[in-house]
Amino acid sequence: MIEGRTGPWETVIGLEVHAQVISKAKLFSGAATDFGAEPNTQVSPVDAAFPGLLPVINRFCVEQAVKTGLGLDAEIKLESVFDRKNYFYPDLPAGYQISQYQQPVVGHGKVVLDMPDGMLREIGITRLHLEQDAGKSLHDQHPSLSYVDLNRAGIALMEIVSEPDLRSPEEAGVYLRKLRSILRYLGTCDGNMEEGSLRCDCNVSVRRPGEPFGTRCEIKNLNSIRYVMQAIEYEARRQIEILEEGGAIEQQTRLFDVGRSITRPMRSKEEAHDYRYFPDPDLMPLVLDPESVARLRAELPELPDAKKTRFISQYGLSPDDAGVLVAEKETALFFERVAAGRDAKAAANWVMGDLFGALNRLDVDIEASPVSAEQLGALIDLIADGTISGRLAKDVFAEMIATGADPAAIVAAKGLRQVSDEGVISATIDAVLEEQADKVAEYRAGRDKLYGFFVGQVMRATQGKANPALVNQLLRKKLSG
Amino acid sequence: MSDPSLLRLTLAEARDGLAGKSVSARELTAAYNDAVAEIAPLNAYITPTPERALAMAEASDRRLARGEALPLDGIPIAIKDLYCTKGVLTTAASHILDGFHPPYESTVTDRLWQSGAVMLGKTNLDEFAMGSSSTTSYYGPVENPWRRPGDNRPLVPGGSSGGSAAAVAARAALAATGTDTGGSIRQPASYCGIVGLKPTYGRCSRWGVVAFASSLDHPGPMTRTVRDAAIMLRAMSGHDPRDSTSALMPVPDFEAALTGDVRGLRVGIPKEYRVEGMPAEIEALWEQGVEWLRAAGVKPFEISLPMTKYALPTYYIIAPAEASSNLARYDGVRFGLRVEGDTLDEMYELTRAAGFGAEVRRRVLIGTYVLSAGYYDAYYLKAQRVRTLIARDFATAFERVDGILTPPAPSAAFAIGEKSEDPIAMYLNDVFTVPCSLAGLPAISVPAGLSRDGLPLGLQIIGRAFDEETVLRIAEVLESAAQFRHLPSFVAGGAR
Repeated sequence: MIEGRTGPWETVIGLEVHAQVISKAKLFSGAATDFGAEPNTQVSPVDAAFPGLLPVINRFCVEQAVKTGLGLDAEIKLESVFDRKNYFYPDLPAGYQISQYQQPVVGHGKVVLDMPDGMLREIGITRLHLEQDAGKSLHDQHPSLSYVDLNRAGIALMEIVSEPDLRSPEEAGVYLRKLRSILRYLGTCDGNMEEGSLRCDCNVSVRRPGEPFGTRCEIKNLNSIRYVMQAIEYEARRQIEILEEGGAIEQQTRLFDVGRSITRPMRSKEEAHDYRYFPDPDLMPLVLDPESVARLRAELPELPDAKKTRFISQYGLSPDDAGVLVAEKETALFFERVAAGRDAKAAANWVMGDLFGALNRLDVDIEASPVSAEQLGALIDLIADGTISGRLAKDVFAEMIATGADPAAIVAAKGLRQVSDEGVISATIDAVLEEQADKVAEYRAGRDKLYGFFVGQVMRATQGKANPALVNQLLRKKLSG
Repeated sequence: MSDPSLLRLTLAEARDGLAGKSVSARELTAAYNDAVAEIAPLNAYITPTPERALAMAEASDRRLARGEALPLDGIPIAIKDLYCTKGVLTTAASHILDGFHPPYESTVTDRLWQSGAVMLGKTNLDEFAMGSSSTTSYYGPVENPWRRPGDNRPLVPGGSSGGSAAAVAARAALAATGTDTGGSIRQPASYCGIVGLKPTYGRCSRWGVVAFASSLDHPGPMTRTVRDAAIMLRAMSGHDPRDSTSALMPVPDFEAALTGDVRGLRVGIPKEYRVEGMPAEIEALWEQGVEWLRAAGVKPFEISLPMTKYALPTYYIIAPAEASSNLARYDGVRFGLRVEGDTLDEMYELTRAAGFGAEVRRRVLIGTYVLSAGYYDAYYLKAQRVRTLIARDFATAFERVDGILTPPAPSAAFAIGEKSEDPIAMYLNDVFTVPCSLAGLPAISVPAGLSRDGLPLGLQIIGRAFDEETVLRIAEVLESAAQFRHLPSFVAGGAR
């Protein structure tokens, strides 16, 4: 809810996400799809729309779309149709894009969001359809000419359209992260927004709470979650300002200016293309057999929501912790390897605390972590069996991050092994108490708080190696004695 | 000058001659190369390829000598210039494809070369196969080798496969490939006194054939005899994984279907094809056809195809709609003609204005219109529904009959320029060929007689989907009964 000059406004948002399908070959030709190849090296004559050449559907891409549909708990259409969307542009070689218009391969589905306030929000998915990507126009290579790179032309995209169920930029961000997480779990899209594997169009309108939807504007082609949130924020405020000054919203397609964090008009409704959609006569309707859909359903991996539920019940984690750990498939995998046969809560704390902190500082993904799950597990084992204290473990961990060495090797090399010899600790305590005789007197007179001070002194005297439990046990006895 | 008698052989006779070593592939091809040069005034070929032809013939001779002859080894044929041929200029008779040398070979031509056939060259056609007269080519009109006796006016060969029809009729190719979208094989075959077969949709791959209207484009053979059509069709057919609309059907030995025995077959005579204004001689020949078949033991039935009258308007919505989209790729960006402009839109406009002729522009505009928002339901969607009904008409009829006999065209060949003023009159030429095109059914035109003007007239047999065998069998019986032995006024080798 946004508080305007004249009262509260509700932002209504629907997102169209274009997710590049993970596939070695394009949607309708055998050409490769690697990112970053030299321009026009991954183009078949089919992609370049040479005369007489015909598209043939890549069944693997269809399976990827079906898997995604299943992951979105959506209806899989056993018959769908490819249409031509006609418009002229140099990076669209055929003069039409093959897409699915009236009969998409996937129908209604849903995504459940874990909101920061702990609530669950269900966002409807209107549809998912398959379509080809266009090529890339390069306007900065020559003073007066544009160049065209067709490497991307024909790559399979899934357009995933949400219902207008989102109500704030934050929700849009949570939705995109959740959707990306599901796609990554499924292995159907790498979700890499920098490389353009995930792009987003936002439909934004505002209304008074309880009133019908307002006129919407569409903001095209955003390639980061941050930009999506900024663009929605700006756009909602722009529309509110117009409405509060008595104006009306014109239905428009707008662009987000990254430099200035504003949206500006691209084309109005009157200038909108007439795409002249019609079924592509080069392709038969796409027919799926129920058995193969059932097989894909059976092969579906455990998805974030199911994994979260399991983490809560199997490991006794809090919903918040479980939510954090399942957000990325790799994190969940890492955690489970650390937790295997160990105290799961300790594992969760180490992963979410020290490990996340270190990875953040290093700016690397968990897959590139210098400390493996096995090494972190070994560290936790050293604490559990009393070899090192929890405090020393932090130092060992820092060393592990820096060098990648095994924790046992670090403990041995640095002589960090915990001192659990009762005689040694007892002698140390005696020495400390003798040295701090006046403090001991104060403590015995009732200054309980000094207890921590004595612990600290003992630990310092043993360079932190004394077994804390033993220190406690002996210290209490001696102080009360 | 090579031996003109070689030019009088049918494909089947030439095949047997090559096998029996009474003629070499090189001799035969040399004779045909000369014939191609000789008929240059007809403008039937855009690009003759005599050297390639000789090289292919020599390869055939080597295989023949080793006793490893392929089914069409050494048979010189012409290719409609809508089929992409690797490294050989492919124009679709359009300025917009200037200088286009495809880096690939169409599936059908590739199959023909794999069968040992020899390419004489690429034949002229209506631009992008849009027309019924072969007069809309950027490379100039094709002339029919036939003329009315005592009348020197050049006639159209029909279209759009007019170059292929003229070349085969004038004995400057043993056979040719055509494509039939609304009649473009059968109508020119009828106008030129040859056999033209439009197979079932999906029988011959469209891969590598420049698209006009994807759901209607049918590659097929044009020959002098029904047997030759059967031989060619076998080589051209078969499932192609690169064409999603290609049928997963076995390819029979079509020649083996020519048993001459049609006793007991039922042939339908659709009453709706008796259109107003049809010349009496065409109606008479149709009646004659019924009698020939009856004499051969066929049972003729009157049938009704009530949706027939909607076929032409349906066709002239669907075909241009698909064409308007199929031709969007000719934008001056990647191949063919480009006319520079100050802006991108200007480049598009200038290129397409200069590159496309009037008929192509007309159809692109019609197609764009019928697909536009607000018109789509009234035109394109309704046309698709009517198309379904037309197909149902045929399906119902084929519950009772095994084939349908009709004229292929409502007239004989007309003079160049006679109908080009009026596009609608030109479209009416397709009235008998379009309905079964919309239904995707196989149909053949066989020369059956001469008009009072001395011009060839054909008869058309339409069959069930993928039942080309029955179509060919009935057609051969008609052919034998008709005994069409006439030669056009202008033939290679000189004999009249």
